[in-house]
Amino acid sequence: MITKEEVQHIAALARLSITKKEEGKFRQDLSAILDYIEKLKKVDITETKETSHPLLVKNIFRKDEVAKTAQNLLKQAPVTQDDYIKVKSILK
Amino acid sequence: MILTDLTILQAHQGLKKKEFSATELCRAYFNNIESTNKEIFAFLALREDRALSEAKKADDLIACAQDFPILTGIPIAVKDNILVEGTKCTAASKMLENYVAPYDATVVKKLKKQGAVILGKTNLDEFAMGSSTENSWFGPTRNPNDLTRVPGGSSGGSAASVAGKMALAALGSDTGGSIRLPASFCGVVGLKPTYGAVSRFGLMAFASSLDQIGPITKTVEDAKIVFEAIKGKDKMDSTSVESQFPINNFQFSIKDLRIGVPKEYFVKGIDPEVEKIIGAAIKKYGEVGAEIIEVSLPHTEYALPAYYIINPSEASANLARYDGIRYGYSEVQNPKSKIQNLLDVYMETRGKGFGAEVRRRIMLGTYALSSGYYEAYYKRAQKVRTKVIEDFNNAFKKVDLIFTPTSPVLPFKIGEKIDDPLAMYLVDVYTVSINLAGLPALSVPCSGAGKLPVGLQIIGKPFEENKIFEAGKICEY
Repeated sequence: MITKEEVQHIAALARLSITKKEEGKFRQDLSAILDYIEKLKKVDITETKETSHPLLVKNIFRKDEVAKTAQNLLKQAPVTQDDYIKVKSILK
Repeated sequence: MILTDLTILQAHQGLKKKEFSATELCRAYFNNIESTNKEIFAFLALREDRALSEAKKADDLIACAQDFPILTGIPIAVKDNILVEGTKCTAASKMLENYVAPYDATVVKKLKKQGAVILGKTNLDEFAMGSSTENSWFGPTRNPNDLTRVPGGSSGGSAASVAGKMALAALGSDTGGSIRLPASFCGVVGLKPTYGAVSRFGLMAFASSLDQIGPITKTVEDAKIVFEAIKGKDKMDSTSVESQFPINNFQFSIKDLRIGVPKEYFVKGIDPEVEKIIGAAIKKYGEVGAEIIEVSLPHTEYALPAYYIINPSEASANLARYDGIRYGYSEVQNPKSKIQNLLDVYMETRGKGFGAEVRRRIMLGTYALSSGYYEAYYKRAQKVRTKVIEDFNNAFKKVDLIFTPTSPVLPFKIGEKIDDPLAMYLVDVYTVSINLAGLPALSVPCSGAGKLPVGLQIIGKPFEENKIFEAGKICEY
């Protein structure tokens, strides 16, 4: 069983806030899922390569051209200034 | 004639013979939506005015053209994680409650080009994460066959819209069964195409190596029609490919068909009722001349745990974009918020904008990808994925298609599994391995089921959807 501290640590890595009240339920659920996943240890994979994708994918390049203006995308941002998205301070 | 009883093919012929107009067809569906959607809640948003003007445009075309595309004037519903320009696209999440799609998904563009009428956007589990459509921020969809039961998920709204005669066809997305399971639970047809057969441009990314868009329809023939309309290589999706296999006019003979039945799918955990009905359906194929062969997919029991590492890992990366900065819900706009710096914006926006299941998966993926655990979880799961693919390759040396149940259980009660995520995950046990392997698979309703439908899953080799369709039609007789 993972600890409450581990739950908060993972949440912080994932940039998610979880309330004290939710901690217990997340701890219980994540532990049950991780226990179930332990099953994979039974598979012999010593000679096996990883699959990251079902198809053979290749990089495809194209010119980086503007097809549409960014205005309708900028409109979706919560705070903008001129043609920029404004954010809270990163450094103190 | 009841217009909403027609299939796509029948509606097309009716439009061609001018027995009714596209506007009348569209209105008939909105009448059904008005009387039924309140209790079933298949739709999150309707675009009645725009749909009627699209229908009018279709009528104008029909009036002056001898021949017109088969989807002209056909009313279609679209899952609310697929973008339709100018219409809200919420992914059934508080995070995107007010997000308006800035462009059309490629599949939507293709439907519009044929003159299809887009009725509205259908409910789903938040960001397509779930098997029951109960994880929607806006409330659950109900199964039209029994309102106390779930429609399956995550494309539950799309399947319920077709089963409830509120749309003639619908688009869904399938990452681990999200088209096939609701099709099975609602008693309609659903296709998960081969990975790469359909462009994912404009589909909200969930687990990019698994996601595919596909049709949910009344009949197999209709699924084929919609699939033909949306498939093909797209320069906006580098993983899309042009299939070399013909959809029509190819040699298909039931007498030459070898059907594999994997013994690992008929073990503990399957509902005896499901087993009986699927057994009878497979027997029917034997009676009309197909050869039924028992096959083995030995890594079946490891597919689900591997999936539940790969899926959350990819999801945790894909959903990093919802940060409260660029679009969607943001704590910056909450006047009561105590946020001070950028980190607070991330933490509070994502904590409040995402529901429990989405946060669970993001955390699971973050954990599996984190330093020190990567080898033990993610890398191991990717190797097991290879094993699952090898199983299918071996089986397909002996058979043309593989038949299994779509789901081990009948549609369950609303609320029955919602507090137990692992029990919910187990519902996907027969569908996830197909996504891991990138194969095409169809769910088609079996005759002989009671009030609650049972779906037969037909799995094919990559890009052999044509064979799946021809075989699937036999199940409908």
